[in-house]
Amino acid sequence: MNFDFSDQEKLIRDQTGRFLGDNCKSEEVRRVLEGNDSYARELWSGLANMGLMATAIPEAYGGVGGGYLGLCVIAEQLGAHLAPVPMSSSIYLAAEAITLYGDESQKETWLPKLATGETIGTLAAVETVQEMTPESINVESDGKTISGTKLIVPDGGIADIAVVLARSTDGLSMFIVDLNEGAVSRTNVDTVDPSKNSASITFNGAPAELLGEAGNGWSMLQDIYDRAAVLFAFEQIGGAQKVLDMAVDYAKQRFAFGRPIGSFQGLKHMMADMYVALKLAESNCFYAAWALANNAADLSTAAATARVSATQAFQLCSRDNIQVHGGMGFTWEVDCHLFYRRSNYLTLVLGGLSVWENRLIESLSASKAA
Amino acid sequence: MDFSDTREEAEFRQEARQWLSENAPTHLEESLASSGFGRTNTGDNDPLAEAKKWQKKKSEAGWACIQWPKEYGGRGATPIQSVIWNQEEGIYGRLSATFIIGHGMCGPTVMAYASEELKQKYLPKLSSGEEIWCQLFSEPASGSDLAGLRTKAEKDGDEWVINGQKIWTSGAQHSDYGILITRTDPEVPKHQGLTMFILNMKAEGVDVRPIKQANGDSGFNEVYFENVRITDDHRLGAVGGGWQVSLTTLMNERLAIGGGIATGYPEIKELLESLPLAGGKAIDNPAVRSKLADWHCKAAGLKNTASRAITALSKGDTPGPENSIGKLVAGSMMQDVAKFALDLQGLGGIMMDPEVAEGTARFQAMLMRSPAVRIEGGTDQILRNIIAERVLGLPADMRADKGLPFNKIPSGN
Ligand SMILES: Cc1cc2nc3c(=O)[nH]c(=O)nc-3n(C[C@H](O)[C@H](O)[C@H](O)COP(=O)(O)OP(=O)(O)OC[C@H]3O[C@@H](n4cnc5c(N)ncnc54)[C@H](O)[C@@H]3O)c2cc1C
Repeated sequence: MNFDFSDQEKLIRDQTGRFLGDNCKSEEVRRVLEGNDSYARELWSGLANMGLMATAIPEAYGGVGGGYLGLCVIAEQLGAHLAPVPMSSSIYLAAEAITLYGDESQKETWLPKLATGETIGTLAAVETVQEMTPESINVESDGKTISGTKLIVPDGGIADIAVVLARSTDGLSMFIVDLNEGAVSRTNVDTVDPSKNSASITFNGAPAELLGEAGNGWSMLQDIYDRAAVLFAFEQIGGAQKVLDMAVDYAKQRFAFGRPIGSFQGLKHMMADMYVALKLAESNCFYAAWALANNAADLSTAAATARVSATQAFQLCSRDNIQVHGGMGFTWEVDCHLFYRRSNYLTLVLGGLSVWENRLIESLSASKAA
Repeated sequence: MDFSDTREEAEFRQEARQWLSENAPTHLEESLASSGFGRTNTGDNDPLAEAKKWQKKKSEAGWACIQWPKEYGGRGATPIQSVIWNQEEGIYGRLSATFIIGHGMCGPTVMAYASEELKQKYLPKLSSGEEIWCQLFSEPASGSDLAGLRTKAEKDGDEWVINGQKIWTSGAQHSDYGILITRTDPEVPKHQGLTMFILNMKAEGVDVRPIKQANGDSGFNEVYFENVRITDDHRLGAVGGGWQVSLTTLMNERLAIGGGIATGYPEIKELLESLPLAGGKAIDNPAVRSKLADWHCKAAGLKNTASRAITALSKGDTPGPENSIGKLVAGSMMQDVAKFALDLQGLGGIMMDPEVAEGTARFQAMLMRSPAVRIEGGTDQILRNIIAERVLGLPADMRADKGLPFNKIPSGN
């Protein structure tokens, strides 16, 4: 048994962290947050130059074929620095969907461009403000074109292509749609985390190409979500570690009643609990990374476990980081709210905590029945 | 990252499995499986006698304290081999509860600080279960504040004379030896005046009195010392160096307790999957699912954290204070699990009779034993202090006794 990342993977983590430390400071996040840009374009090209988008994409399609463990540590750093780039939509979701289900020509067309970052992809599924169910999907396809509205699509305002879940004659199916062709209109929507672009997209008979087996869309979506959940969880623990560090640093410097506030047990114990939640999540993420990289039989359970505990950890840490900062923590100027926003965005963007708790129990029951 | 056994690990596992299949006390399997939390059920057989028998058998075949060096009764195994052994020993490991303190804490301390002669004398018999050891640290006036202890040791020629009292000493009633921490100098600040010894529990002047616990069992004891004599060669570490020595013990305690710590997860999962509620099975209720998911994540998190610690250990790192999280998470989780399980059983939840209550009253036993998990070996609050100060580097608590000679410290009575 060896339950740790390799030196190579640690190197990728450190290099990514250093690059983001230099190029993704809080001003960069705020530029997008305050509406001066829809994502950090230069940062995105910088990450592309480092080859990070290509990490897990197969070599045959312009990727590095380096596997998922590398992508996990990259995700952790993106989360730690709140990188306002469409990595999750383009790579964890769109590129994954095409890698898993695309035919040869679809892979040849899209993966090399996603790998260099010149094309941005996303996944368009959600149509209502209620929990997503198969019945809630009404965007329709005749097999060649697609019509209807996706209410909220992560990075939908900046993506070039979307993998779209739609209703066809065979039931729910996945389609690839080029968003830059006509018959697509998009409107950016306000969200709790404006440092990430979100848009609603309406298709009016837009050309669409079937991805994978017709009628299999819902179950494909679940598999894509399982795999993406591991990477989202790494972004979450990256963010959680960062806010815990912020809280500890502040608590050592700020004085009240003649002593550092970090010497008050009320705060010490709160931060100890943040640490505990983070450690549990981190260890579960390690296991899920292994399961993802090895396509393990218990990937669904491992992914949901990592996702639930990482969601809990980032939510707790970002919330209590504000508490440690007192009034300063509630200002626009101090970065606490950036993490608070991102933690809630990351919680909801792939289906919320209750959805993943439910998936976890489902997968535990399924593995027991098998 | 790789979870499968290496070739050597697989061979070792096979060897362990083979030996166990030929030697394990299978007649005890069923009763051991139904042991309530904190108890070892061996059916009609005496638990202590069975525990000693199994330990002896393991020892004769080289399967006792396998991480210890061969000359002290071990087999020089690696940390990973030790984990593999524990996995394979499985339910029979419950027989070793009596030895946990001796093997997990006293042994490593003796190994680190005793003379070669004493190591040869004591460790093999500790390993084989022939002799049982206990940990004589806590006192009525000093538990969390261990360094505030008062039991006195005074030098008299080549001997030390011990007077005072320990409390909460688990297993003292069965023990042959113990490691004893005493105050040898009350005029220096509290951490500096302590000294550690090996104590013969059968020595004249040692008086052990069992204490009845809140759950009705009597696992721990008061131990009184009246002019008990210990020869100076039984001192562990320097005179005044007892605090250092105790840190070795406590570090090992965290490892011994933190590893495969019980959380109640497998039990509650099994219950929720089978228990019917008014609207269907318990597991189909959304509130139930949410709780079970949370507990699953905690249990998995502890297991995976332990795997990381073992990996670090096998690379030669020393286990750090981060291992404090195991008991901190498991203790209150088990208490919550027990309460929830009983809540789902209606009025039947109050029944303690193992013949009638659900699952031989396993959750009732957890309910009554879990409060102790949050106290023994460092309370939840002390563990949080350790994490805050030693892992996160936050400032130490403001202390009223800082720098004061021990005999000038306010004691509240
Ligand atoms: C089942 C069981 C078995 C045990 N076995 C052994 C054994 O074999 N050998 C042995 O030596 N001891 C043993 N102990 C003793 C155990 O280590 C102590 O009970 C424990 O360290 C707490 O000390 P105390 O009981 O004196 O409580 P106190 O230290 O008086 O604590 C009372 C309360 O005050 C809190 N508190 C104390 N200090 C602080 C602080 N600095 N910050 C915040 N809160 C604080 C505690 O968390 C607790 O809630 C055992 C205890 C139990 C319950």
